Amino acid sequence: MSFWEYANPKKFLATTEKLMPFLWVSSGVLLVTGLVWGFFFTPDDYRQGSTVKIIYLHVPAALMAINIWFMMLVASLVWIVRRHHVSALAARAAAPIGVVMTVIALVTGAIWGQPMWGTWWEWDPRLTSFLMLFLFYLGYMALWEAIDNPDTAADLTSILCLVGSVFAVLSRYAVNFWNQGLHQGASIMRAGAVTGSDTEEKVSNIFFAPLMVCIAGFVLLFIALVFYRTGTEIRARRIKALQARERVEAA
Amino acid sequence: MIALLMRDLKLALRAGGGFGLGLAFFLIVTVLVPFSVGPQSALLDKIAPGVLWLGALLACLLSLDRLLALDWEDGSLDLLATAPLPLESTVTIKALAHWITTGLPLVLAAPVLGVLLNLPGPGYLWLVVSLLLGTPALSVIGTFGAALTVGLKRGGLLLSLLVLPLYVPTLIFGAEVARRGAEGFAVQVPLLMLAGISAASIALLPFASAAVLRVNLR
Repeated sequence: MSFWEYANPKKFLATTEKLMPFLWVSSGVLLVTGLVWGFFFTPDDYRQGSTVKIIYLHVPAALMAINIWFMMLVASLVWIVRRHHVSALAARAAAPIGVVMTVIALVTGAIWGQPMWGTWWEWDPRLTSFLMLFLFYLGYMALWEAIDNPDTAADLTSILCLVGSVFAVLSRYAVNFWNQGLHQGASIMRAGAVTGSDTEEKVSNIFFAPLMVCIAGFVLLFIALVFYRTGTEIRARRIKALQARERVEAA
Repeated sequence: MIALLMRDLKLALRAGGGFGLGLAFFLIVTVLVPFSVGPQSALLDKIAPGVLWLGALLACLLSLDRLLALDWEDGSLDLLATAPLPLESTVTIKALAHWITTGLPLVLAAPVLGVLLNLPGPGYLWLVVSLLLGTPALSVIGTFGAALTVGLKRGGLLLSLLVLPLYVPTLIFGAEVARRGAEGFAVQVPLLMLAGISAASIALLPFASAAVLRVNLR
């Protein structure tokens, strides 16, 4: 029993279908719990007021936007090295989810930035990098759409994903160099944040717990969506194969 | 390799448009900028390095879709792929030919256009240096994009969408060198970063381009 057995589409479908109800329910429960807890049962921040609550959408979405690209990178590598179709299809299935997460992060960030920084948009390194990430996602998806042959498309998009990852990291450092920004640094997992011994900028425990629930909900939701969409892609390809066979038999 | 380089250069020269069109586009963009932002020289000399870099980048981008497409259409790309010369070398030479026909003229024309935009005195040297270091990276990255989209019928727009995000680091550091140079600051750090990006692109990207091209020629 090895992990690679799931490269068999049939096995993948059978297993994910068993997991699906559990994934949907648990992600739904976690998201509802986290958001309701965060929105209604946490106090307002003493400086930011109630706007701080947008953190429950902003942080998980931003986290997912980056990690989905990373997952696509891994899936692309698996496709290039081991040529498992499920892997390529999973990368394809993840891209639209990633782009939606990026948009959520950008939009909630703008809505949060307006009252806090007094501006919807600022050419801050973090904001700019996310905009770049958005463009990378768009290019990746456009390339998938543009190519008819599925294997060629999988090969080309995988290589684009590899090259794009390198350039995305480069852009990240380049924009950091180019403009120092307003956005605070990563302040959730800073040392001492969990125990509360940290006195500096950090997210306090009251906000921390529902935020973790929200992040877990987003992760599970992403896994559920990727399984679902990959299953759809597999079935779509199967339909194409069946139709092709039918045409051959009719001729 | 040299034969291939000479062939590409001759084709670019005799088919017309190789040297001319990119340069003309660069000129037009530069001339249009004062029309759109106003002719105050104080504003122009501030934005001149950035505008010149952006113009050069766009001129470079526009010439990319012809880079491999012609050879693809008449089948010579298939011949090149089966030739004893490794495909990695072929794409490197292609990129070099593109740089000589597009990048180099842009570098040489940039100071002249700088006069139009009222570029301050010390800026000329650093503008030329930054373009000289940066445009090879633009050509190599562009070759990768051209190789990705070579088989597609409507590859032009897709090519821009794919290549422009990849151009960002080069543009940032290149324009930064030119800007700092024009304002008289130290340019060493962005200059080294720009050189690093160029060197790494030239060293690594031909492998990606060749891999992509092999897939497309399959």
